[in-house]
Amino acid sequence: MDWSAFALSLRLAGWTTIVLLPIGLALARMLAWRRIRGKGFVEALIALPLVLPPTVLGYYLLVSFSHASPIGRAYESIVGHSLAFTFEGLVLASIIFNFPFAVLPMQRAFESIPPDTREAAWVSGMSQWRTFLEVELPLAWPGVLSALVLTFAHTMGEFGVVLMVGGSIPGETKTIALAIYDRAQAFDQSAAGAMSALLLIFSMIAIVTVYALAPRIGPWHA
Amino acid sequence: MHDPGRHLRVHLRQDTPIPLDADLACEPGELLALVGPSGSGKSTILRCIAGLHRPREGRVSCNGIRWLDTEHGLDLPPQSRAVGLVFQHYALFPHLSAEANVIGALGHVPRGKRAARARELLTLVRLEGLAKRRPAELSGGQQQRVALARALARDPAVLLLDEPFSAVDQVTRRTLQRELGQLRLRLNIPIVLVTHELDEAAVLADRMCILYHGRTLQTGRPRDIMRRPHDTRVARLIGTRNLFEGEVIEQRPEHGVTVLRWNGHVIEAAHTASIGTGERVSWLVSPADVRWLGPDLGTDPPCINLVRGTVSELTPVGDALQATIRLEEPDGRELVFFAGAQTAARDGPALGDAVVVALSPEGIHIMRGEPVAGVTANEDETSSMR
Repeated sequence: MDWSAFALSLRLAGWTTIVLLPIGLALARMLAWRRIRGKGFVEALIALPLVLPPTVLGYYLLVSFSHASPIGRAYESIVGHSLAFTFEGLVLASIIFNFPFAVLPMQRAFESIPPDTREAAWVSGMSQWRTFLEVELPLAWPGVLSALVLTFAHTMGEFGVVLMVGGSIPGETKTIALAIYDRAQAFDQSAAGAMSALLLIFSMIAIVTVYALAPRIGPWHA
Repeated sequence: MHDPGRHLRVHLRQDTPIPLDADLACEPGELLALVGPSGSGKSTILRCIAGLHRPREGRVSCNGIRWLDTEHGLDLPPQSRAVGLVFQHYALFPHLSAEANVIGALGHVPRGKRAARARELLTLVRLEGLAKRRPAELSGGQQQRVALARALARDPAVLLLDEPFSAVDQVTRRTLQRELGQLRLRLNIPIVLVTHELDEAAVLADRMCILYHGRTLQTGRPRDIMRRPHDTRVARLIGTRNLFEGEVIEQRPEHGVTVLRWNGHVIEAAHTASIGTGERVSWLVSPADVRWLGPDLGTDPPCINLVRGTVSELTPVGDALQATIRLEEPDGRELVFFAGAQTAARDGPALGDAVVVALSPEGIHIMRGEPVAGVTANEDETSSMR
């Protein structure tokens, strides 16, 4: 049982979820309510990681982290080292890879709030911020929580992108999914089995939570 | 009461997405009904007043404060306009109790006094005892009252009601309408009611404004509009009965009479100036101004404006009996009138009877403009408003 890999996975999932919460809320609200040009294109882009092979995404990320790319060079000149094969690089890759899991459930939750409910809040004198806190979030929270649970659980088990971008460095980028692969390759059945069981339980709790929340997302009947 | 500064004044113009060409004014204590078929821009006008829709061009002012002036780039957000708006489907906050819904609109009241004020408002709309219920636990009529209490919570300078009675049953509607009638006496602010129900407007409104394709066609007291629509378009929209076309053949201002030729009849109407002899006109006679004289006896006419026909339909309307007669004239038009109380129906006209009716000159209203072709073809329009 590789507890440091498990701790690293928890840390990665935690950071990914925390960073994606505000981004997801902003994007989901915008997609749910604003009339924007190219909305379909943006939605497709956000959903792309659902069908894109993780190794392909990982490959492009690796390329853009490299010294040869402007992004990679810019990061290096500011921070002093490359993003590739670092924990920060993993977090960034995870964030991109988890966009659909964070944004889609939140978008659905916000879309289910009738437009006149928000308008009623404004006409009642509530500011945009108060409307968000007192009307939108209380109505959308099951979707928001669903999104967070999905993102967290999905990051815990992510393999392809993590391997491509992180390179399985113990304590830095070796997550629990990589550790399981590593132990299985070494015929260490007991460690691989224990860690797999842990992830299985973890995933089951996550998915049960999401399904339990599902009926609470959707049209509110006044 | 007639302090001009407390008027609500609205002037809106745009071509898209919904055409608007509206001018409205509403005094404190006055209830103005915006009436029109669906898609006539009634709700959009309300949204423009509330600041939820920004028209291409427009001015809205209330209490002497300008809320919208597109010419000067002024467009206050809804939060900065003192409006109370009751949405068509109430738009209550479903996760909050009735009391919390009202408290949501009490942001201007010190925190410690909000709960007490919310109770007061709920009592005002007769919801005492239901403060802790959520919207889903309230009936449609009770939800409407919460929405009304919330709209009043802001101490609005104008109250806007968007078809507030459309989502409740007939009995509840009557009760709520009566309560609104009482409540408005206590509110000395302009009230604008949007409705597609002509009868509702006639019962509740001091003045009503007929809208069509976003344009204000006629504004006036309901009774005046019903009896004297501005033109045939308004007449069609309010479902005017007994709308005919004719020709002015003589003006006798000294006798207060305008003479019409219609289907071979010579009809004397109350004098309408500004229409020249020989002009084609439309005219109407309200069913209440058609007098049933009895069966066609063929004797000398006892009075003017006699019309003969056969009773083709008898419908009870309230306590009265509404009769339709098919006129003898070649085009077979129909004329509707009230044949007295239902109880007297035995002595009144029967189906198939040949009868004579007289049109009261004072009840005849002449409109200039296109003769009404195909009034019945527009039944759809009127029925959607009835």
